[in-house]
Amino acid sequence: MIIDLSLILVMGVLYAVGVYLILDRSMTRVLLGLMLMTNATNILILHAGGPAGLAPFYSKDIAAEDYSDPLPQALILTAVVISCAVTALILGIIYRSWLLSKADEITDDAEDIRVAEQDAFDKEEDAAAEFDSSEFDADEATREKEFIEAEEKKKISQTAAQPTVSKKGD
Amino acid sequence: MTIVLALFLLISLVSPWLYRRLGTSTFYLLAAIPAAVLALVLAKTGQILGGSPWSESYQWIPELDMALTFRMDTLSWVMSLLVLGVGSLVLFYCASYFKHSTGDNGQFAAYLFGFAGAMFGLITADDFILMFIFWEITTILSYLLIGYSRHRLSARRSALQALTVTTAGGLAMLVGIVMLGYSLGTYSLAELVERGPSVLAAAQEGHGPLTMGMLSAALVLILCGALSKSAIFPLHFWLPGAMAAPTPVSAYLHAAAMVKAGIYILLRLAPGYGEVDIWQNVLIIFGAFTMVFGGWAALKQTDLKLILAYGTVSQLGFLALVISGGTSDAIYAAMALMVAHSLFKATLFLSVGIIDHQSGTRDIHKLSGIYRRAPKLATVATISAASMAGIPPLAGFVAKEAVLETYLSHTTGWQGATTLTAIVLGSILTFAYSARFVWGAFAVKPYAYMHKEGVKYCRVEEGTADSEEVDNGNIDINTRALARNRRGQKLSPDTAFHPVSFIFLFAPAVLTVLTIVYGLYPEPVHLFVKPFIKAFPETAAELELHLALWHGITPALLTSLVIMAIGALLFIFRKQIEELQGILPSAPSASIVYRDVIDGLDRLAVWVTGMTQRGSLGFYLGIILITAVVVPFAALFINETPPLANVRVSESPAQWSIAIVMIVAALVVVFVRKRFLAIMMVSVTGYGMAILFALRSAPDLATTQLLVETIVLVAFVLAMRVLPRQIPRIRSKDGKDGARKTLRVIIALGFSALMMALAMFTFSSRSLDPISLEMPRLAYEIGHGYNVVNVTLVDMRGWDTFGEISVLALAATGVASLLFIEGRADSASARRLDTQAMKKIESSFAKRTQITVAQRVAGQFSSVERNPFIVAGRTLPPESRSILLEVMTRLLFHTLIIVSFYMLIAGHNLPGGGFAGGLMVGLAFAVRYLAGGGAELRAASPFSAGTFLGAGLGIATLYALAPALWGDPIFSSYVLDFWLPVFGDVHFVTATIFDIGVYLLVVGLVLDILRSLGERIDLKLVAERRKKEKQARDKARKA
Repeated sequence: MIIDLSLILVMGVLYAVGVYLILDRSMTRVLLGLMLMTNATNILILHAGGPAGLAPFYSKDIAAEDYSDPLPQALILTAVVISCAVTALILGIIYRSWLLSKADEITDDAEDIRVAEQDAFDKEEDAAAEFDSSEFDADEATREKEFIEAEEKKKISQTAAQPTVSKKGD
Repeated sequence: MTIVLALFLLISLVSPWLYRRLGTSTFYLLAAIPAAVLALVLAKTGQILGGSPWSESYQWIPELDMALTFRMDTLSWVMSLLVLGVGSLVLFYCASYFKHSTGDNGQFAAYLFGFAGAMFGLITADDFILMFIFWEITTILSYLLIGYSRHRLSARRSALQALTVTTAGGLAMLVGIVMLGYSLGTYSLAELVERGPSVLAAAQEGHGPLTMGMLSAALVLILCGALSKSAIFPLHFWLPGAMAAPTPVSAYLHAAAMVKAGIYILLRLAPGYGEVDIWQNVLIIFGAFTMVFGGWAALKQTDLKLILAYGTVSQLGFLALVISGGTSDAIYAAMALMVAHSLFKATLFLSVGIIDHQSGTRDIHKLSGIYRRAPKLATVATISAASMAGIPPLAGFVAKEAVLETYLSHTTGWQGATTLTAIVLGSILTFAYSARFVWGAFAVKPYAYMHKEGVKYCRVEEGTADSEEVDNGNIDINTRALARNRRGQKLSPDTAFHPVSFIFLFAPAVLTVLTIVYGLYPEPVHLFVKPFIKAFPETAAELELHLALWHGITPALLTSLVIMAIGALLFIFRKQIEELQGILPSAPSASIVYRDVIDGLDRLAVWVTGMTQRGSLGFYLGIILITAVVVPFAALFINETPPLANVRVSESPAQWSIAIVMIVAALVVVFVRKRFLAIMMVSVTGYGMAILFALRSAPDLATTQLLVETIVLVAFVLAMRVLPRQIPRIRSKDGKDGARKTLRVIIALGFSALMMALAMFTFSSRSLDPISLEMPRLAYEIGHGYNVVNVTLVDMRGWDTFGEISVLALAATGVASLLFIEGRADSASARRLDTQAMKKIESSFAKRTQITVAQRVAGQFSSVERNPFIVAGRTLPPESRSILLEVMTRLLFHTLIIVSFYMLIAGHNLPGGGFAGGLMVGLAFAVRYLAGGGAELRAASPFSAGTFLGAGLGIATLYALAPALWGDPIFSSYVLDFWLPVFGDVHFVTATIFDIGVYLLVVGLVLDILRSLGERIDLKLVAERRKKEKQARDKARKA
């Protein structure tokens, strides 16, 4: 397969600039970097199709090798439209972030920094816990009440039963 | 058996609901089910003991050799008696136990019942993996049960601890299971055990499926699981911790069921692998230590439940130790012991539960005189404790005799000696803690021994020691009235204790009766256990034991007597022992070590998180990119580097000139700080792409790229107009910007070099023909189109395109929702401009007071009374309008729309298609918007953006699915040939319908971009300007 140096060179420069830009803190530059990388990748795919042939419109008389490779073209077409949508979405994000914080900056995540700085010591997890010597301290009061009620019922039934016994005695 | 398991699962799922209906009576219902299953199992006694197991098998995952195989042989049968019998009794007991609790115990019932089911599955599963699944289910359920009192810290922590320890062991076991099963080619437990001796023999000779090392490793891993589950030192600590569970759970899981799972695995594998050295050694060392250690620790405890828990640890060590022998005698004795242990340990736990329930404490320093308060309970518990201590004529004694018999006759080498010593020492300690348990729970204790806080005592009156009335406080105990014992110590008054109902006592009583029956007449147990040994003909012949109460005066009996005598001495001198235990330095307890390990793990996790999760996008990208550069480069140059061939400088000078322009543009982007210049330069590369595509014979691509680039440029300008002109330089606080910049340059150059190298090396190593050679022919013959790229999109790779348009719809919605926070707000008709509204807007421009000369001049042009094409143009301030733009729009708009239709319809055979057509419409709308603003955009589009998106996606979906209706594959396309009046013969390919969906969706996307980034920001700007004007006016008025 033939390697086309001009395409490779453009691709290289676009990648280099693109990568340099996406490592920036300014969101706009990150987006520009992303677009350049998209273009670079499209060139990579285009290059994979080999040298230019005839435009891929079928005709019976043309041998398959004479067309430009249609597969990379189909892939790039998809990529181009998707990148358009993604660019619009990031533009929306940039605008929104500007609206909210008047900054076009990718800030560090404060929550992550907090986790990195926090102590491993967890108060609850590391507190000494005594064994409970009963399962019933928590609801002792209600239990007590029910017991007393049950006892009283028993007493009532006993006192109710006694006279009948004494009657028999009579 | 599968039906039984399904039943367990089902009932477990509905039991919370049942509980809400029936309250604690649910437990009676739940208890009936294991009892019924037990009856079923008992009905199979003859068959199973006769040597033909009850088995069932279903296909499950044949690809992995996994099947739902259940097999109940003698061992499983004995285990199921324990699991179902004790399970049923415990559930029965729960009804009384939870009678006075206030919470909703439905979940508890579900867990406990489910646990019984899982345990039944565990002991009947024949597939080792299936058994492992049940094994882990028991782990999870035990976690839920231990942590049932969620409000207690100790419960939550113990639950997590039990889960961590047993799961870690379980995972180790899984590895062992896979090692064993994979190399022997079967996961059937029965088969694995049957082949065990021959595998071992082969391994010792150095051939066969497993080397000796592999076999040992597999067995050690399995032992890790079994021993962690059975709470053998050093993984024992979760079991005392698990006492945080409600007592019925302790009784069932930690006496009869869960811990017995480990013992079950040992018993299951012992006939096959009991002769492997490492198996024996591990069991002897850890079993012996655990037995003695557990007994010693039990003597220290003052909580009744903890005495029993450490007792259980000791007994489990005892069982493991007995199994270590591996002979048929040893296994026989171990099974006898296991049955005895389940009976007495469950009873004892249930008794402690009753004591806790009736008196509100389990501390032996707070319990006194309970035997007087609850004589029946005391009898039941004392008999079981006596069985634990090994006193005749009870089950524990009979089983222990069998053990002693075995090991007194096989004392060879260090193993025999260690085993025997540990058994004797452990048994002495067992006797001592059993006695201490009974004394601690029921005896009348000296007043000085008792804790005064948090206890309710019965009131003591002069002369009478036992009054029925409950004293409410613990302050006014009339100490003068206390009775004295023979040594003259004052005796404590009785702890307040509520009477025990018969139903509450039922379960422990039944188990105690069984303990007595087993002791007096052990023949049934002999009959149960013997067939299991018999099933292994190699070892069966050696069986010498026969359970019996009286064997005559044998060495075993004498040893038993010695054990009891020394144990009694230990009990009598309990005070001295307690003091001794206080003096002896104690090693840090295993649970502390565990906590430190977990703590270290926590710290490590936080450290690693802090190192890797820096929260900085640049950091992440840097790491990813550096990896992406270093790894492929290393792979490329360390191994054989392919030759570079066919490098050509260029095909055409035109391509070189475009390339140079693109390179320069890209480099400019790096250095400019002006926002719009940077955007323009990126666009230059984009337009350059379009020309490259054209030069490379890709007309579709060139068109699409051109349109996309234009729309993106418009979107960029619209969105960026509010941002400052200069992109600010952001400096970091640490002042290392220079170093960071250098690093960025290095990464960028490295990545670019990598991509160039990859492109060149991969393409020069290509040796096969590309698959796309077939595509032109396929496009014509199957896709019925000449444009190969378009047919690829809508037909050959239809799924790809479908995925893509879904992404487009998402992105469009995303953009809209970033700008319109509250909703799409895009119904087209809602804000149509009528004449009335228009007049109002126009008059507002006329009323403006502060206008410049230029504005006034422009205003004169705008007030022409005609019906103009750019309807909504009149809503703009006159100075913002451009005659040129409006005229151009008028000329272009319809042309663009017509061209887009043509591109859509012709796209199958000529350059164009849905994407290009849709973008063309988008461009037309963009022109209208630029000329006439947001209102014009709404006037121009017949439907809202959301409607376009929905319709596009809907049409595409219907097109894709429709062929399925008449049985063709999804995305099938057809050709329709028909005649139309004007067009003549029409050759219609249905794939065009899909393209129409794409077309509509792309229109929706561009509309969403325009109205979000365009109109919405316009409105914001207007609002801001008004605010400023108002502020200025207010200021002026004040001044």
